[in-house]
Amino acid sequence: MKPASFNYVRAESVDHAVHALADAGDDGKILAGGQSLMPMMNFRLVKPSVLVDINRIPGLDRVEKRGERIALGALVRHRMTAEDPIIAEHVPVLHYAMKHVAHLTVRNRGTFCGSVCHADPAAEMPMMSLLLNGLVHIRSSQGERHVPASEFFVGSLMTVLEPDELVTGIEIDVLPRGTGWAFEEFARRHGDYALAAVAITMMRKEGLASDVRVVMMGVGDIPMRLSEVEAMLEGHEIDQPLIDGAVDMIREQIEPNSDLNASSDYRRHLAGALARRALSDAWARTEMAAS
Amino acid sequence: MTERVRMTVSINGLSYTREVEPRMLLADFLRNELGLTGTHVGCEHGVCGACTILLDGRSARSCLTLAVQADGAEIETVEGLGTVEQLGRVQQAFRDHHGLQCGFCTPGFIMTITDMLRHHSLENDAEIREALSGNICRCTGYEHIVNAVRELAKERGPLR
Repeated sequence: MKPASFNYVRAESVDHAVHALADAGDDGKILAGGQSLMPMMNFRLVKPSVLVDINRIPGLDRVEKRGERIALGALVRHRMTAEDPIIAEHVPVLHYAMKHVAHLTVRNRGTFCGSVCHADPAAEMPMMSLLLNGLVHIRSSQGERHVPASEFFVGSLMTVLEPDELVTGIEIDVLPRGTGWAFEEFARRHGDYALAAVAITMMRKEGLASDVRVVMMGVGDIPMRLSEVEAMLEGHEIDQPLIDGAVDMIREQIEPNSDLNASSDYRRHLAGALARRALSDAWARTEMAAS
Repeated sequence: MTERVRMTVSINGLSYTREVEPRMLLADFLRNELGLTGTHVGCEHGVCGACTILLDGRSARSCLTLAVQADGAEIETVEGLGTVEQLGRVQQAFRDHHGLQCGFCTPGFIMTITDMLRHHSLENDAEIREALSGNICRCTGYEHIVNAVRELAKERGPLR
């Protein structure tokens, strides 16, 4: 239960970090909050030869509003996301979702971008980055690239990141005024990894739902956007029969895994139940915004 | 062979300089290098909360923190809060409310609660329980711990 040996690099800048990663070949790892990486290193599931600590790089701990987007640096910790007034005002669905993320002590250290990079199928940040049209900013010693959240996740704990790449931040959407939203999650114990969760945003235009986005996690290897469900809801008034139809469609479309915590059937049922609540809440919030 | 790293850290107001292997966990540094065995090691993967310390004023798992990461930081451990002869306020509240039995988890709870009292509103039992949820106790059933925190929060008053 102790990490294997490694060389430690305390990066002073993003350039320093990406060059240290490049020098490590494909055997380097980035240390940010360490709330997922350190357990894996303690178990020796991960044994990097070089650990590049980015915690002292100045400027990566900021939340900034840039027009209709919000940028979160690689060192924005869950506590900062939860307490940030810009996020509370402009992305209330994320502010609310943070209440479900881990425990106080873990939130003090763990980062938004770290959770996205770790890509646990039952973690909130990958799903929220998908909901909010996230764009992941990536640097390597070779240059820079930007990858949409919809193309970032490849499988359970797998992303498109190359071993020499560092995520420097992520951009997400500001929710336009009047957006209805909802987030529903169920975990065995508060703060534990979710069995399933759903997040929704939608607008109401002339009494009908528009710009509907529905995402789920815990029901597949990666967070998923349910485009057909969105299409079913788009342009309609969200009433009970429509919600019933959407819940049926969600249960048909997902293929959840069975594990120690829940069977596939249970997760399928749960996903529908959470979606039922979330659809009704999101629609009600559009109404509140309209009145 | 990995290079050892020289580090200086303030722990409960005292400065320590040591050379450590990068892989040394902060929990092991406190216990094995400095003999500060008040910080307990339970699960060693961030689940049980027994090793909780304060890192620059905020609670952190010392089993998920490398000692080298604490270079230049201010650490607070349970030893800094009181002594057997003169218990700190949180420790006294645990004693008054029977907030412990075997005591293994207690230092972690005490440090988490110290963070809670400094930074969290703790307006009702739900908030208290949520804030305690990252620490596991197998003896008490938590009731007496919640009672202790409720009293401490009341005594502190609303957070400004």
